[in-house]
Amino acid sequence: MAHDHCSHTHTHRSSRDQAPAPGIRLDNLTVAYRRHPAVHHLSGNFAPGSLTAIVGPNGAGKSTLLKAIMGALRPATGRIEIAGINRRDIAYLPQISEVDRTFPITVLDLVAMGLWRRCGAFRRIGRDQLHRVNDAITTVGLSGLAERPISTLSGGQFQRALFARMLLQDARLLLLDEPFTALDMKTTTDLIDVVKHWHGENRTIIAVLHDIDLVREHFPQALLLARSEVAWGKTEDVLTGTNLLTARRMCEGFDDNAPFCDHQAA
Amino acid sequence: MLYDALIAPFVEYGFMRRALAGCLALSFGGGPLGVLLVLRRMSLMGDALAHAILPGAAIGFLVAGLSLVAMTIGGVATGLAVAVLAGLVSRATPLREDASFAAFYLISLGLGVLIVSMRGSSVDLLHVLFGSVLALDDAALLLIVSISTVTLIVLAIIYRPLIIECLDPGFLRAVGGFGPVGLGSVVHVTFIALVVFNLVGGFQALGTLMVVGLIMLPAVAARFWFQSAPGQMAIAIVFGIVASVAGLLASYHWHAPASSAIILAAGGLYILSVVAGRFDSLAASLITLRHRAG
Repeated sequence: MAHDHCSHTHTHRSSRDQAPAPGIRLDNLTVAYRRHPAVHHLSGNFAPGSLTAIVGPNGAGKSTLLKAIMGALRPATGRIEIAGINRRDIAYLPQISEVDRTFPITVLDLVAMGLWRRCGAFRRIGRDQLHRVNDAITTVGLSGLAERPISTLSGGQFQRALFARMLLQDARLLLLDEPFTALDMKTTTDLIDVVKHWHGENRTIIAVLHDIDLVREHFPQALLLARSEVAWGKTEDVLTGTNLLTARRMCEGFDDNAPFCDHQAA
Repeated sequence: MLYDALIAPFVEYGFMRRALAGCLALSFGGGPLGVLLVLRRMSLMGDALAHAILPGAAIGFLVAGLSLVAMTIGGVATGLAVAVLAGLVSRATPLREDASFAAFYLISLGLGVLIVSMRGSSVDLLHVLFGSVLALDDAALLLIVSISTVTLIVLAIIYRPLIIECLDPGFLRAVGGFGPVGLGSVVHVTFIALVVFNLVGGFQALGTLMVVGLIMLPAVAARFWFQSAPGQMAIAIVFGIVASVAGLLASYHWHAPASSAIILAAGGLYILSVVAGRFDSLAASLITLRHRAG
């Protein structure tokens, strides 16, 4: 009987649950596209174990900030310090459009990708692991659809599948890029429950969101971004009418001939 | 009667058996590669690479005549050079990979035609472009079979990350590791190298242009029969084999040029699949099956 190579996962997991969640410190961070800053001189902390929503108008640098934290974009100036975890222990939920949804693969196989850290490129996915994959599929409400090709899923079902994959990744730091965009109420509620469950498990979670009401209701911390920080802290202090108006005014297109920034000299 | 038509040519003539063995080997390596090219939206990449290996093969030909070793080394060298240069340019600049591929393969093709027409005769060019499947010698056969064997083994090794890289490259970038290079790039380069090797192996048999047909046509047809990547790979191999046998027999009975006959047979399978395949074909969209309750 082929015992899978990863059967120690459960003990492993409980020890990880007590491990401290990672904190993130941004130190004067600027990320630029063609020298135009998308995130501009941002400094601050995401506390260990916090649940933060990043809010701001389109083009405010929200996704850029997530990608920089993930390590996919290089800072033009400043630093990002992530304490306590390996960079590979970050789970990142892309905007749906970044995944090839026509690819001929089943929901089961897509979700099983979440086992990568344990099973990698070669190790077999044993019975225990398969069990966990199916559990994750059930948790997000997709039971019965495991053998469906992903091309037949609706947008909401597909997002549920990506959440199931994240469940299996069991990462300490979770970055969600617009996880609830274009989802119906029921799906949004179900997936917020998953996020809240993660929040109770000593993980650090950062989500880019557009729905202000949803942020007010479910996210204790918020960062209002308009390339630079508008406000950062407790959600009720951040999402005030004045702040939101300021953010909208600050985010008006690239100026091709913008002068060079002398912030650092100052 | 049926025996005379279908079996006898292969039993009676050694060159037919060799041609068949070579084409079968090409089908085994080429089918899965073709399916992956389609899935990676690189269907035309095979064509570009096939043109790209021309100058290397031509230089090999000029240096050493119709020498398998020289032409193979030359072809692999230019094919990999074009692939690597195109990859580097697309990574270092915003130019997308297909665009930089187009640029480099056109340069390479221009160079190839220049070399061939300055030194060789037009007969030589035809040989390089359209191959000589009915005149495979031991060395060529061994080369083709070795390349397909290596292809299948390497594909098995890189299969999981390769599939993830097609589906969700961002995910592999996040979890794959492999330092600043990234597992995704390693897998991608390995895959392109396999394509180059198969093209070079195949151009002895079918010619640079035709070998792309034996890789791509079965793969594109496969999409209409299976909804999983492994299923598509399996049926692509089967289609490749069927096309090879049919093409060789047509060539034998009606004196058609062998490599064109094989490609046309594969083309026939493709058209059949578009019209009558199981998923998403014209027929499938015309027939409305009773829908289920849930």
